[in-house]
Amino acid sequence: MPRSALTGTRIRERRTALRMKQADLARDVGISPAYLNLIEHNRRRVGDALLEHLAQVLGVDPVALAEGAEGVLFDGLREAAAAAAMGEAEPELERIEEFVGRFPGWAALLAGRQARIGQLERVVESYAERMAQDPFLLTSLHEVLSAVTSLRSTAAILTDTDDIEPVWRTRFLTTIREESLRLSDTAEALVGYLDTQEEAETGLSSPLEEVEAWLAARNWHLPELEGPRPADGERLIAGVAELASSAGRRLALMHIAQAAQDARALPMEPLLAALAAEGPEPARIAARTGAPIPVVFRRMATLPPGIEGMPPVGLVVCDGSGTLTLRRPIAGFVLPRFGAACPLWPLYEALGRPMQPIRAVVDMAGRLPQRFLTYGFCQPSQPGGFDGPLLMQAMMLILPVPRDMAQEARPVGSSCRICPRAACPGRREPSILTEA
Amino acid sequence: MAGKHVLLIEDEPHIAEAIRFILSRAGWQVTLHNDGQDAIGVIASAQPDVLILDLMLPGRSGLEILADLRSGNGGQKALPVLMLTARGQLRDREAAERAGASAFLAKPFANADVLAAVRTLAGEEAG
Repeated sequence: MPRSALTGTRIRERRTALRMKQADLARDVGISPAYLNLIEHNRRRVGDALLEHLAQVLGVDPVALAEGAEGVLFDGLREAAAAAAMGEAEPELERIEEFVGRFPGWAALLAGRQARIGQLERVVESYAERMAQDPFLLTSLHEVLSAVTSLRSTAAILTDTDDIEPVWRTRFLTTIREESLRLSDTAEALVGYLDTQEEAETGLSSPLEEVEAWLAARNWHLPELEGPRPADGERLIAGVAELASSAGRRLALMHIAQAAQDARALPMEPLLAALAAEGPEPARIAARTGAPIPVVFRRMATLPPGIEGMPPVGLVVCDGSGTLTLRRPIAGFVLPRFGAACPLWPLYEALGRPMQPIRAVVDMAGRLPQRFLTYGFCQPSQPGGFDGPLLMQAMMLILPVPRDMAQEARPVGSSCRICPRAACPGRREPSILTEA
Repeated sequence: MAGKHVLLIEDEPHIAEAIRFILSRAGWQVTLHNDGQDAIGVIASAQPDVLILDLMLPGRSGLEILADLRSGNGGQKALPVLMLTARGQLRDREAAERAGASAFLAKPFANADVLAAVRTLAGEEAG
């Protein structure tokens, strides 16, 4: 596990918060108080086994002790270092902890700028995707080019032809007038469209995005649905700013109905007990609680924050066409906003193998590739009865890889348009990015 | 070379009119058509010396028409074809070349470029 120079400080802070004596903690983990004192003053590094033991006694996740809040800061700085172009000054990565320790303000500013650059790059990527796929834009550009071609040709004829007959002169002047109007109308429509899209970009451009923004604002957990008397869906969404469209509100009500059903099928108490006993392993939780795997997936992805032993979780759900119908993001696993996702995601493998649980470690492409543990499952249903259509719903739970897991990772990306893996066998179309 | 025949299949009437004017003034006989669906039949009956073909046409795309023509339909397998497109992207150009286009012009183009391309395709000295 990567260690921050401040691991000892966090151990001391946690111990004092628990009002625990140094000697007691040292005894509990089997080391001398003097050695613990050296560790707490960051003068000795902590081995994996000891860190785990300390974390267990102090009741925290070992990652929290090893990386702490500044783990995110370090990630941001490493990302900034990795983004340095060839020929630019090379940052001293080996002194990153010293940098954070001595200049925390500058470090936070640099990491913040890097995060902002990342956001802007994603906006650019989404615009590039839109340019390539948006039928309105393609049609408008065709109109603009056609009008410009007409204007250019006609104007050139009028200026270059000295002996043009009056009847032709009149016709071409009429053409210029008509094409000018057409260009003006198309440009106006295009600007209006882009204005709307810009608004949507800073806010929400689809009903699904409205629902996801609302859930994100609620930390993806709706406590009102827990317990014997869940809240009414209409009341839950009343006045919610993110749910601006009627389609978004309808989608939110469907989500609430599903979430309430899941809460009844797997109430919080047995879920937390199963989590404590089995760890974040959905199949084992399902076996222990008797809840179906899809319910376990959804419940794990909508737990309240701050549950001990529960790492951050992402969840994606798709229907039989592969269209993503829910995207709960997890840092580092890039989910596409537009178009189809990476065909190599275990989500789609699950879609092709209904009812078979799939576990796979994946490497998400990016400037700093990140590794994740994923669980996939596909549940068929036939809501219309035996004569009705067979519907598929696949889902994929995304978790950080446990540090002791040594499993070969599958290289995946977000979607072909923004994936740098040029030689990918699943590639549908060229990328707008170059191979990292 | 007076009297040579160009068939222009283009659905934008003002572009078609401008091209017809330029070519007519240079001595070409120009026939206009604006739909892709029956293009092969029109080519077969017009028997032009050069075909100017827009890539995006109603009914049928210029690429499909060209591939059909090169496979022998229309009776003029080796007809010189100048492709026009409103999208000057490389992929359109490559697709046109694969389909058998003799030359390619991306809109917006200059009148002189159209004239030069047609002259070259007809075996005249351009310019």
